[in-house]
Amino acid sequence: MPSLRRGWAAPPRPVWEEEPRRAGLAAKGIVLAGACLAILFPLWIVIVTSLSSRQAITEAGGLVVIPKDITFVAYQELLGGGQVQRAALVSVGVTVVGTLFSMAVSVLCAYGLSRSGSTGHRWILMTLLATMFFGAGLIPTYLLVQALGLTDTYLALILPSAVSVFNILVLRAFFMNISQELIDSARIDGAGDFRILWQIVMPLSRAVIAVIALFYAVGYWSAWFNASIYLTDQDMMPLQNVMIQIVQKQEPPTGLAQMIRTNQLSPLSVQMAVMVMALVPVAIASPFVQKHFKKGMLTGAVKG
Amino acid sequence: MSQHSTVPGAQPTRDGAAPAGAPSRGPGSGPAGTAGAGAPPGRRRAAGKAAGKEGRVSLRTRFRRDRTLVLMTLPALLLVLVFTYVPVLGNVVAFQDYDPYLSENGFVAMLESPWIGLENFERIFSDSAFWRAVENTLVLFLLQLVLFFPVPIVLALLINSIVRPRVRAVAQAIMYLPHFFSWVLVITVFQQIFGGAGIIAQTLREHGVEGFDLMTDPGIFKFLVTSEGIWKDAGWGIIVFLAALSAVSQDLYEAAAMDGAGRWRRMWHVTLPALRPVIALLLVLRVGDALTVGFEQLLLQRDAVGPDAAEVLDTYVWWNGIRNQDFGYAAAAGLVKGVVGLGLVLAANKVAHLMGEQGVYKK
Repeated sequence: MPSLRRGWAAPPRPVWEEEPRRAGLAAKGIVLAGACLAILFPLWIVIVTSLSSRQAITEAGGLVVIPKDITFVAYQELLGGGQVQRAALVSVGVTVVGTLFSMAVSVLCAYGLSRSGSTGHRWILMTLLATMFFGAGLIPTYLLVQALGLTDTYLALILPSAVSVFNILVLRAFFMNISQELIDSARIDGAGDFRILWQIVMPLSRAVIAVIALFYAVGYWSAWFNASIYLTDQDMMPLQNVMIQIVQKQEPPTGLAQMIRTNQLSPLSVQMAVMVMALVPVAIASPFVQKHFKKGMLTGAVKG
Repeated sequence: MSQHSTVPGAQPTRDGAAPAGAPSRGPGSGPAGTAGAGAPPGRRRAAGKAAGKEGRVSLRTRFRRDRTLVLMTLPALLLVLVFTYVPVLGNVVAFQDYDPYLSENGFVAMLESPWIGLENFERIFSDSAFWRAVENTLVLFLLQLVLFFPVPIVLALLINSIVRPRVRAVAQAIMYLPHFFSWVLVITVFQQIFGGAGIIAQTLREHGVEGFDLMTDPGIFKFLVTSEGIWKDAGWGIIVFLAALSAVSQDLYEAAAMDGAGRWRRMWHVTLPALRPVIALLLVLRVGDALTVGFEQLLLQRDAVGPDAAEVLDTYVWWNGIRNQDFGYAAAAGLVKGVVGLGLVLAANKVAHLMGEQGVYKK
């Protein structure tokens, strides 16, 4: 059945190419397998330990490599209310709202700059591009966010990092490749710029829009620093910050301390479960990015 | 309503709405006939106003024509102005003895704080902790350059030599994965392997060896940081190189093979020269960004190993500003880093141009 082997079998070799040597193939395989294992093995330990019972963890002397006695009790406790559940909801909320906001702003801006030669096009583009050469600096930004009264609001987690000039440039490069004739004919039919963007440009750019949205989403999901300096209320903290507290500093999540003290729950499986909760969304997103990632989508982006 | 004629051979621009009689949309730019034909309905008002003017279209007319486009860029522009340009002006606190308690409003406090000239900078340059941070930053940069930079190139060559499409896709998917992890996750994962309660320490303890903990060892901390970086981003780094490799014509390899070049000579004389511009560009970018060596990553581990080994310029600013509330002093340190960094970017580009490569921007 050749169809089953499609993709796994080697395509025919060009006639001028010499047969690969056994030793070369073996060396390549070892390096490749080693690299993949170095990435997957730690994740395996984390996932297996998060699913292990207290007994299995005690038997293994800590982290569990070989799965045994699988249980979801750590997840049930964490998601049944309390600090971690709230933090996960905060992270999901900030990620969803932030991504929608960033995408709206970026797509509009990218389209506004995609018709080269329009009024002010050059100045606006230069203003944006210049920011790739300097940063504002931590202290002035901190003082500004404070002066604007954004501290202790979720806006402080979204607004200061809402726009990535690089992402706008990628979107813009894509929009610029859409044929002018198509846009002109829509305009002759009476469509305005907003309608052209919504009904013609965006449907044609689904892949790049999906990828950029995922970049923004991963950014919001992974962010912890802004929350650590702009939020003081521990109840408002997103998942990453709670993860620092629970996993890195090894403080038990509030609410579960009792269960851990009385040996109903292993602190280790709770820690690993928090890590898995932070890991799963991005692990799902990653292959999706790869699938829609056109070659050169990012490399060809920065052009006047 | 002015009549508009369709000029044969005229290329309509984005909306073809340039008024009749206006040969080009930009002031004195563009070949004649790039605009000016086929004004669609709804855009004629603008055309009517400008009719009779010769040469260029007035700014007002052009703005009316493009106002929707300009409007669309405003939200992003506003955010960039407020959160990038305004804070740049906020760097004036570097020359102040800034006191946040002078007023409820931070802007007013900034206006009322006393000016102290270069005093903050004098303090910085005589602070041994600052020079320690500079040293750590530079050592980490060099380590990353030597140990990290070549890894994606090697991995890309390896991936590129895999001919089975599925194997290749799976290997790539695995290698890209850690790039999407947060720094908190990467460091906690490393903790599970190399930490005091990690899998290695656990195995050693079973064999009677106590006290293994690489996460809190200042001596090897810089290598730890570099390997965390490699684990997270080396796989992602291969994308650029793979794109460059896929652009190499197979004919070159065939011709080289015909001339008797073996595998290694083909790599040396065909593949690596094809990668040269990309390598040069990335080197320039890296050197230009030399003072940024992983702020979040180091901040997360600063407590575990102590500032002697983990303090870099960015965390120095954070410590003095956010933690110790010495805003003027920290802003001054940040400004020093920013100015030197900008100089490095420009210098690195200059070098790239001298080498005949393109760099980040063109000459």
